[in-house]
Amino acid sequence: MGDTTRSLRWRTIDIVVASVVGVAMGVVFWAWSLLWGGIGVAFDFFKPAGGLGIGIWMLGAVLGGLIVRRPGAAVYTELIAALVESLIGNQWGWTSVLEGVVEALGAELVFALFLYRVFTLPVSMLAGAAAAVFATVWEWFTYYPTWTWGWKLAYSGFGAISGLVLAGILGWALVRAMAGTGVLDRFGAGRERARTV
Amino acid sequence: MRLAPDLAPPDARAARLNPLGKLGAVLILSLAVLASIDPVTPTVALVGVLAVLPFGGLAYDRLLRRAWPVLFGAVLVGVANMLFAADQGGAVLLAAGPVHLTTGSVAAGGALGLRVLAIALPGVVAFATTDPTDLADCLVQQLRVPARFAIGALAAYRLMPLLADEWELLGLARRARGVDAGRNPLARGRLFVATLFALLVGAVRRGGRLATAMDARGFDAATPRTFARRHPFTGTDAAVLAGGAVLAAVALAVSVGTGTYQPLVG
Amino acid sequence: MTTVAVKGFSWRHAGRSAWAVRDVELTVEPGERILLLGPSGAGKSTLLAGIAGLLPTDTGEQEGEILLDGRPPTGTHRPGILFQDPETQLVMARSGDDVAFGLECRGMPAGAIWPRVTETLRTVGFGHPLDRATAALSGGEKQRLALAGVLAPQPDLLLLDEPTANLDPAGAELVRAGIAAALADRRRGMILVEHRVAAALPLIDRVVVLSAGGGVAVDGPPEKVFAEHGASLAAQGVWVPGSVPPEHRTTRTAGAELLRAERLGYRHRDRPTPALSDVDLAVPAGQVLAVLGPNGSGKSTLALLLGGLVPPSSGRVVATPALAAGGRGDTPRRRDATVPPHRWRAATLAGRIGSVFQNPEHQFVAARVRDELALGPRRLRRPAGEIAATVDDLLDRLRLAHLAEANPYTLSGGEQRRLSVATALSAAPRLLVLDEPTFGQDLRTWRETVALLGGLADEGRGIAVVTHDTDLVGALADRTVSLAAGRLTTPAEVA
Repeated sequence: MGDTTRSLRWRTIDIVVASVVGVAMGVVFWAWSLLWGGIGVAFDFFKPAGGLGIGIWMLGAVLGGLIVRRPGAAVYTELIAALVESLIGNQWGWTSVLEGVVEALGAELVFALFLYRVFTLPVSMLAGAAAAVFATVWEWFTYYPTWTWGWKLAYSGFGAISGLVLAGILGWALVRAMAGTGVLDRFGAGRERARTV
Repeated sequence: MRLAPDLAPPDARAARLNPLGKLGAVLILSLAVLASIDPVTPTVALVGVLAVLPFGGLAYDRLLRRAWPVLFGAVLVGVANMLFAADQGGAVLLAAGPVHLTTGSVAAGGALGLRVLAIALPGVVAFATTDPTDLADCLVQQLRVPARFAIGALAAYRLMPLLADEWELLGLARRARGVDAGRNPLARGRLFVATLFALLVGAVRRGGRLATAMDARGFDAATPRTFARRHPFTGTDAAVLAGGAVLAAVALAVSVGTGTYQPLVG
Repeated sequence: MTTVAVKGFSWRHAGRSAWAVRDVELTVEPGERILLLGPSGAGKSTLLAGIAGLLPTDTGEQEGEILLDGRPPTGTHRPGILFQDPETQLVMARSGDDVAFGLECRGMPAGAIWPRVTETLRTVGFGHPLDRATAALSGGEKQRLALAGVLAPQPDLLLLDEPTANLDPAGAELVRAGIAAALADRRRGMILVEHRVAAALPLIDRVVVLSAGGGVAVDGPPEKVFAEHGASLAAQGVWVPGSVPPEHRTTRTAGAELLRAERLGYRHRDRPTPALSDVDLAVPAGQVLAVLGPNGSGKSTLALLLGGLVPPSSGRVVATPALAAGGRGDTPRRRDATVPPHRWRAATLAGRIGSVFQNPEHQFVAARVRDELALGPRRLRRPAGEIAATVDDLLDRLRLAHLAEANPYTLSGGEQRRLSVATALSAAPRLLVLDEPTFGQDLRTWRETVALLGGLADEGRGIAVVTHDTDLVGALADRTVSLAAGRLTTPAEVA
C-alpha cells in the first residue's frame, strides 16, 4: 500500500475533516453574514463595491482544497459550509447552497488545472479569485440581472480581488499556520513542515 | 448562537414527508422562477406555496419568525437592482452620480426582490421541516450518494452546536488574555482571523478523533453497509414532487397568458 | 474468544525522531482483564491503537507485529475500543441510531439491528428512549452511549483508553457501571488504561506496566505488582491504591477581599432556565476558594462572571479597590472601583484578574511559547526590558524554558496546562480564576498543578477554582462552597 497521504482516494479522515472544516466555516459564515447584513444596507448604495466583501465566502472551498488535496474537496467542503450556514438561517436561504457549489467549482477548476499537486500561494490566490468570479457571474443571473454590463464587470472585478485576498491569501496563511501546530500531520500540508520532535 | 426556531413539530405532516420529494419540488419551482424576471411568475409561485402550508401542519407566524432574514435579503436585492439597473425607463425619481432611480427600475427591482423571495422561502420551508439524518439516509438510499460522504457529513453536523459555542468561548478567552478590538475595523478583522484560526485547529483535531472512532467501528471496512432506517419514496412524496412541477408550470402559464412574461435571457 | 499477540511491537509516527512505543512483547489470553500502566510517553495509547488496528502503515514506521487471533486487526476484525472524549465518538443525532451505526458498518441485516440495539442499551444501563437526542445527554451518559455503540457488535475484547478522564464523578460512575456490566460476560477480555486505579481494581486480574525506554517493565497480578512496585508507580503518576494524596493542612490567612459577587444571576438568552441564581461569595487575597459542583451546576458560568468576561443577568460582581490597585504600574482611577469587571478594557482586565480556561488551547494566541508569555505585559504597555524579564522568569518558574521557541499547540497536556497558568500570570494579576485546572490529568501533573496554585496563594494572590475534583479541593482549598443547579448549597468550611 503506497503513501495514502498523496493518493487521490478519500480516506475516512479526509471525509470527516473536510466535513468538520465545512461545518466550522458554516458557523463562521453565519457570524460574518450577520455582520454583513448591517453593512450590506450601506453597501446597497454602491452595491458593485460590495463585491469586496464576498471573498470570505470562498474560504471554505479554498481551505478544503488546500487541506484535503483531492478531487472534489473544494466543492464538498464549501457545500457543507453553505448548507450549515443556510440551515442556521441566513438571509439568502438555500440559494447560498447553489451559489456555494458554483463558486467552489471555480476553485476546484484551478486545483484540477494543477493536477492536485501544486498548492502554493499563487495557486491558492488563483483559486480564490476564480471562485469569486464564478460566484459573481452566478449572481449576475440570480440577483442582479437588470444591471448594466459596467456594473456587472465592476462587481466581478471587486469580487475577484476579494477572493484572491480573503480566500486565496488568507486560506493559504491559515493552512500554513495550522500545519505548524501539528494538527495536519496526516495530510499533505502537514508533511511539508520539518519537525524535530 | 442558536439554530433558528422550530418551524414545525417533528410529527407534523410536512416533517414526515421524504425530504427528496420536498427538495425536488422546491428545486423545480426555483428553476422556473429563476428563468424569468417578471413580477407575476414569482407571485403565483409564492401564493401557491403559502397556500399549501396549512396542509403540512405549518403555521404562518412561525414561518415569519423563522424566515425573516430571507425577507430582509429580498429587500436588499430589490433595492440594489432598483439603483443600478440598465433599463432606466419611466419617470426619474432620483439621480445622484452613478445611482439612478426611475419608476421603471423600481418596478424591475421590486420584481427581482419577489423573485429572490419566491426561490428562498420555499427552501426555508423544505429545509426547516427536514431532519438531517433522514436527508442523509434518503440521499444514500434513493439517490445512491456514497454512504461514506453522507454519514461523514452527518457526523460532522452533529458537532455544529459545539463549534458554535466554541466560537463564542474563543472570543471570551481572548478577552481574558487582554486582547479586544473595540471599534477599530482592522483590529476587529485581526481578531476575527485569529479566532477563526483557533476554531479551525479545534475543528481539525476533533475531525481526526472522530474519524479514528468511526474507523474503529468499521466505517472503513469493505463490507457493504446495511440500513437501520428505511425511507420509502411513497405516492404522497411523488405527489409533492409533481405538485412542485405543476405549480412551476402554472406560474409560467399565468405570466405568459397575461402577457407579462419576461425571460431571464432574451 | 480473542487472543492478542504483540510481538516486539514498535511504532514511530511519521516525521518524528522518537519512538512512540518500543519493543513491547505481550500476550493476552481470551477473557483476561488487564490494566495497562506506565509513565506519560511510554506509549500506552499508541499500543491500544495498534491492537485496534488504527495505525495505518503510511502514517508511521512499524517494527514487529500485532496479531488478533493470528491476523492483523483491520476492517471489521477489530476489538471494541472506547476513547476518552465522548463528543468525538458519537456519530448520530439520535441515541439509538448511534448504537446502530456500528452494526450497519458490519452489514448486519436490518431486522436484527434494532433488537440488538435495545439489548445493548439495556446492558449498559442507558435509561432513555431510542430517539433521545445525543446533544441532550450529559457527559457521562454520552460516554455510556459510546460504550453501547462499541459493545453492540459483541466484541470479545474491549480496549478502554482512559474512559472516565473527561467526566465528573457522577458521570464516571455511570460509565464504570456500564463497563462492569459489559464484563459480566466472562468470555469478554479487556485492556484498560486508567490513572485512577482504585475504582478499576475489582475488574482486573493482571497489571502490565510499560517502561519509558521501551518494553514491559512489570507484568503480574495486581496485589503483587502494587505491593512490590507501588512507590515507583506513584512516582510515575499512577494513582496507586493507598497513595491518595494527603489532605493539605496549612493555615493560610485571608488577606484583603479582592472580589465579591452579590446576588449574582445569569441566564443565557436562548435558554429558559437560569444557569445561576442568587450567588453570593467573596474571594480574598492569599487564599484558595473552591467552588465544587457537578457538571451542569453552572460552575463554568460562574468562572466567566468572576473573570469579568460576561455581564451578569442580575446581581453584580464588585471589584474592591485592593484589586483595582492591581498590577504594578496599573494606575487605578477613582471611578474604577464602581465599574464592574465586565466593563473593563481587556488589557486592564488581564492585569487584574487572570482567567485560566478548562482547555488551554482555547487561550493560545501566538505561534511561540515565548510570544504567548510576552503578550500580557505587552498589552499593558510595559517597557521592553521588563517584558523580557517577566518572560524569562516565568519560563524558569514553570519549567518551560526548553520549550520557549515551540508552538504552543505541540506541547503535551501537562506542559500546556503550565503554559496557560503562566500566561495568566504574565500580566501579574492579583486574582486568578481557574476552570477545572486538573481536568483529565495524571497524578504527576495533578500534583504539579496543586503545588503551583498553592504557591501562588502563599505569595498573596487570590485564587478561585471551580471544579468537580474533590481530591483537589481537599488538597488545596482554604474555603469551599458547593454549587448545584445554579445555586449555592450549604457552604462548607475547610480549615
